Amino acid sequence: MELAYGHPKSLKPIQTKYCPGCGHGVIHRLICEVIDELGLQERSIITNPVGCSIWADLYFDFDSVQPPHGRTPAAATGVKRMLPDHLVVCYQGDGDLAAIGTAEIIHAANRGEKFTTIFVNNAIYGMTGGQMAPTTLVGQKATTAPNGRDPGEAGMGYPIRVCELLGQLEGTKYLARGAVNNAVNVRKTKQYIKKAFEAQMRGEGFTMVEILSQCPTNWGLEPGAAVEWLEKNLIPFYQLGEIKDKLDGAAAPVKEAGK
Amino acid sequence: MAEEKRLMKGNEAIGEAAIRAGCRAYFGYPITPQNELTAYMARHMLDLKRTFIQAESEVSAINMVFGAASTGARSMTSSSSPGISLKQEGISYACGADVPCVIVNVARSGPGLGGISPSQGDYFQSTRGGGHGDYYTFVLAPKSVQEAADLTYLAFDLADKWRVPVLILADGLIGQMMEGVVFPKERDPSSLPAKPWATGNQYKTHRPINHVTSLNLMPLELEAQNNRRFERYAEIAKSEVRYEEMNVDKAELILVAYGSSSRISLGAIQAAKALGIELGLFRPISLWPFPAKRMAELAAKGKRFLVVEMSKGQMVEDVRLAVNGKSPVDFYGRCGGVIPTEEEVLAEARRVLGK
Repeated sequence: MELAYGHPKSLKPIQTKYCPGCGHGVIHRLICEVIDELGLQERSIITNPVGCSIWADLYFDFDSVQPPHGRTPAAATGVKRMLPDHLVVCYQGDGDLAAIGTAEIIHAANRGEKFTTIFVNNAIYGMTGGQMAPTTLVGQKATTAPNGRDPGEAGMGYPIRVCELLGQLEGTKYLARGAVNNAVNVRKTKQYIKKAFEAQMRGEGFTMVEILSQCPTNWGLEPGAAVEWLEKNLIPFYQLGEIKDKLDGAAAPVKEAGK
Repeated sequence: MAEEKRLMKGNEAIGEAAIRAGCRAYFGYPITPQNELTAYMARHMLDLKRTFIQAESEVSAINMVFGAASTGARSMTSSSSPGISLKQEGISYACGADVPCVIVNVARSGPGLGGISPSQGDYFQSTRGGGHGDYYTFVLAPKSVQEAADLTYLAFDLADKWRVPVLILADGLIGQMMEGVVFPKERDPSSLPAKPWATGNQYKTHRPINHVTSLNLMPLELEAQNNRRFERYAEIAKSEVRYEEMNVDKAELILVAYGSSSRISLGAIQAAKALGIELGLFRPISLWPFPAKRMAELAAKGKRFLVVEMSKGQMVEDVRLAVNGKSPVDFYGRCGGVIPTEEEVLAEARRVLGK
């Protein structure tokens, strides 16, 4: 009998250090499931971010490179240019990608670098303890925005919609935004990842999947309440779906659930 | 057939030597006075179907090097002083992850934006690691276009052999001037050392997975890792010291200088000879590892030293550490992009000697 569901081969069978309710574990699993389905375990390299998912190299059972905070797209550029027949996954959080590494992501995207960025957006800094991220919503509290993000008097700026920003660049071929708040979105996110990885292996250009993810610890919420908070607050602001799809390959749009 | 001698700028000679050493990836960002090097690499690397990227910043360029070198590819970046400051984060990571690579600094004057004239004000930054944490990089200081080519070629081998980044510390004078140069032969890619630690191509051998990382949150493990690196540094200090000396036996005073200032010192030595004054030259080629042992030997023989630098006095500290009070060490320097003249150096030598 065929095994219908099991632990992905590319993901080490160990418990993660992530907090209860954190989205990283699910996202790691999705990446590994797709890598296994594409048969790319021994041809994959992940460039790790700096942040909670700095642990990635403990969990992914394939090669990894650990660049400095925010420089991940630059290092991924170097890796992918040297190994164009490999799957290069540039894993980044919102601080890594949209604050300190803004220059690196914009220019890697603009050059059409042929790796895939997995952008985990939980609207907060996790590892350093709940500071305001570039994607923190207006009014959302953080240790560095104790009264909530205030773009007015406090001059804290506005949340950045990264997919929409990068969508204007001609080098970007595929930009999708998923979430890991429920089974439907998890499955859809996996399809986005698969489409992006397949496009990468065809050498099409820059691909990115942004994933809205829970951070119960730093949101100050129970895991269940964090899911509800994501649904009520993040999803209305960060539109889910395929934000840009200019792939030349045969990939069909990911179907909406229930259609 | 012997290679023909070509007339080239130092910047271009560094580029050609890197290509011949098997550099597969170059990442640069414009800054004066090293722009010919980036342009040379753009022209030739693309022709050769190797990787050239004009990065969005020096920061990105060194991290592209980090990524490319993590796969085992010979990789290089170049810049000038302010840009090298920006690369320090990446250099620290490369040292921490034991990633071999080559970084060229065609130095200019500082601090800050400073000027674009030649300077040796980056000696401290180069020889003390430069970024955060406990580490060193090789530092090789060419005095001529020929040596710039030779040391660049050597740099890739040293980097691979020791898994340590190698810094070529030239200056605007070496980068911009034209001299005759004969290049070493193109390296056969199959002759390059294997890198079993590198990422990629796991499917060919099914080896265990490789992580290229400087991260270790366990203090005892990280200490052990750093200790192992310092054991390597000790081996390097024993076997990879490079220097040149001239007339040190007869000399009443030994001029100590590297790179451009050693060329000027050579002129002063020749002028002194005409006056019946015997000066010698001690020229460190590897600034790290510093030829401290040989300097100590000369000091023990009672030799006194005049250190000549295009800075406010940086290498002079290493000379004093090596000499350890055994003989007098004087200093003469110009900075801000001012190049000392032979006459100035000679006058200072005569003042020191009272002649």
